Amino acid sequence: MSYLRQSARTAFLGELLLGMALTFRYFFRTKVTINYPFEKGPLSPRFRGEHALRRYPNGEERCIACKLCEAVCPAQAITIEAEPRDDGSRRATRYDIDMVKCIYCGLCEKACPVDAIVEGPNFEYATETREELYYDKEKLLANGERWETEIAERLVRDAPYR
Amino acid sequence: MPKLTIDDSEVEVEPGLTVLQACEQAGIEIPRFCYHERLSIAGNCRMCLVEMERAPKPVAACAMPATNGMVIRTNTPAVEKMRRAVMEFLLINHPLDCPICDQAGECDLQDQAMAYGLDHSRYRETKRAVKDKNFGPLIKAVMTRCIHCTRCIRFSTEIAGVQELGATGRGENMEVGTYVEKALASELSGNMIDLCPVGALTSAPYAFRARSWELRKTESVDVMDAVGSNIRVDVRGAEVMRILPRLNEDVNEEWISDKSRFACDGLRHQRLDRPYLRDGGKLRPATWDEAFAAIAEKVKATKGKGIAAIAGDTVDCEAMTALKDLMAALGSPHLDCRQDGAHLDASRRAGYLFNTSIAGIEQADACLLIGTNPRIEAPIINARLRKRFLAGGFPVALIGEETNLTYDHKYLSADPKVLNEIASGAHPFAKVLNKAKQPMLILGMGALARQDGAAILAAARKIAEDSGMVNGGWNGFNVLHTAAARVGGLDLGFLPGKKMGGRDVAGILDGASMGEVEIVYLLAADEIDMDRLGGAFVIYQGHHGDAGAGRADVILPGAAYTEKNATYVNTEGRAQLARLATYPPGEAREDWKIIRALSAALGKALPFDTLQQVRARMTEINANFADTGVVAAAPWGTFGKEGQLDPVPFASRLANFYMTDPISRASPTMAKCTEVFVNSGQRRTGTDG
Repeated sequence: MSYLRQSARTAFLGELLLGMALTFRYFFRTKVTINYPFEKGPLSPRFRGEHALRRYPNGEERCIACKLCEAVCPAQAITIEAEPRDDGSRRATRYDIDMVKCIYCGLCEKACPVDAIVEGPNFEYATETREELYYDKEKLLANGERWETEIAERLVRDAPYR
Repeated sequence: MPKLTIDDSEVEVEPGLTVLQACEQAGIEIPRFCYHERLSIAGNCRMCLVEMERAPKPVAACAMPATNGMVIRTNTPAVEKMRRAVMEFLLINHPLDCPICDQAGECDLQDQAMAYGLDHSRYRETKRAVKDKNFGPLIKAVMTRCIHCTRCIRFSTEIAGVQELGATGRGENMEVGTYVEKALASELSGNMIDLCPVGALTSAPYAFRARSWELRKTESVDVMDAVGSNIRVDVRGAEVMRILPRLNEDVNEEWISDKSRFACDGLRHQRLDRPYLRDGGKLRPATWDEAFAAIAEKVKATKGKGIAAIAGDTVDCEAMTALKDLMAALGSPHLDCRQDGAHLDASRRAGYLFNTSIAGIEQADACLLIGTNPRIEAPIINARLRKRFLAGGFPVALIGEETNLTYDHKYLSADPKVLNEIASGAHPFAKVLNKAKQPMLILGMGALARQDGAAILAAARKIAEDSGMVNGGWNGFNVLHTAAARVGGLDLGFLPGKKMGGRDVAGILDGASMGEVEIVYLLAADEIDMDRLGGAFVIYQGHHGDAGAGRADVILPGAAYTEKNATYVNTEGRAQLARLATYPPGEAREDWKIIRALSAALGKALPFDTLQQVRARMTEINANFADTGVVAAAPWGTFGKEGQLDPVPFASRLANFYMTDPISRASPTMAKCTEVFVNSGQRRTGTDG
């Protein structure tokens, strides 16, 4: 009996029509794919993307070269050298992140006592060479300036949960 | 022997100990800030509070003498609460700036706040802020961080002997500082940085440069003076970041001099990192092969008698052994390790050692200083002398340049004649020495590096023998060297060969200026008069571009003391090992290896290839090298050459404490110190009145 029914369904293209019906239904549903890179999906405020070094609103760099991020970094991707600046304050003369080594765990951001190093929302920084992924202080500060609005907003949104 | 109960277990301790020390012996740690074993008891931080039975209030363990029948509790909830409360009080005015504080990671306050403190702050009012004070070029003071333990004040008054630091004001207004605005003038000031339990006093040259957790630590030995202080070299990457003292009760306790501590930045400047050759009057970079070829060509054309070698002040024993053997192979008897021309007699080991030993100073009961200023030549030994002086009954007399030694002394004269008077017993101080049971004398290089040095050595020996300085196990005859390499050189016999008419330093210089000595091998020797080398072919092997390198025809880049495994013998005759903390820069190599390679290039290959073999050769020359870290008593004998004493007054050998060798001369920090303490208008307290 079941053999007959099965054969009849196949003979009259039953499975095919069923599949076509499903396809046709989805034709009228809202689309889940987006037109990347012109469209992008939503990001959590805790998203851990490309690093940035932030500045205070008055333009002073936040990083005080305490080296806690360097110490906590499980991949040892961060290298910092410090010296007293002319005004006697403690500043980094060198702040390098090897983005190839980095595992994007976000511990540096957690360790930072002054919210200087952050992992921002940017995830589109693929490069053609490895060398371009060895970030120095200049590059990180530039990132900070470029992404400050987004970073500040994300920090405010995430603050209640920290 | 008092017997007391600590945390339900009975402990028997020596009389005279405090409760805190008794607890330590019982293996119980009591937190503390103001208490320090080597300083007097202040009892003002209150961190060491413990409960004592039958006492109405908690007692400060550091200030309470341990007595019989005491019952002490250190682990009750009440004690924990007290510690938390004290911690909270201490943190009220302590800024929360650990991220920018250099002490972070090795801070007593940080550690104890973690262990005993509250996990949050209840203090909402504003914190106190104190203006930073100028403590000079070595110490960076951030006085807001100060918790008023007064360790620095007690150190400067008790150990360093300069009454310059103190506290003004009371309660919240209390401030530690120099009473007047001036740099702290003491050769031991750097030790306050170690003593400070918080980040109030930190090292200025090291400021912000590294964190304690990223340093690689190597235990080594200092070569800035002949004390051989035990040090720890902290390295980050390939750079020596700082030098800290290492505990050795027999040598430096836990102190080191400022030069030992801060001159390490000289290791980064003016380094010789590749061989150089003089070509047409100018030095040009060369390869090792070129340099060796140039030397070999010159040596082949010269007879053994035309070659001479001088060893410098910071040379290790391995290099001297290699060079000595090389000179012997070349047939030259002209070698000397006494750059300053001191008339040291190597025939008797007791004649050039600090026989009493540094720790032995504490057993002495009278002291005669001859032609020396230990405060500058060996601040660590001066601190021991002061420690002995503070214990009482220690008359000290000084023959030489009058200076402030930081302890009371009787100034006799700068005239060497006084030596004869004391030797004959006519002088009043001779009676003091005779009456003393364990008298000692310290003979400095200011007395020996003169024309009549041998006669002065003999006169000092006579004084030592006549006043009973050498009796039984006690030997009160001491020579205080100023160079770390000197005793090692004498032990190895890096001296003019007697049989073949070897020349000493003066003889080599005379010979060179007259053209009799054609090749001079300077093994890191920079303190000689380079102009007197005349037309000689000068080979300089060393680590810094100093006077010797400026005159050299061939430069062979060697390793500094932090860059090699080497043996140094201190003024007591204690052989100690320095260890490789970082590698020599560029093409520079360990010194004995350079000489070994050169010997092969000269066709006189030395019979050792490994460090063990060099050390075996050293032991063969002098058995004292077999045991490192210990002092073997040297048998007494006759040394020196009796003769007429020059009426020229004794003068100090070292004019500037901060710059005595190529490393400290290259150091920017030492240059700053020279600027502040030696050249500028600021008078050094004491040393110049």
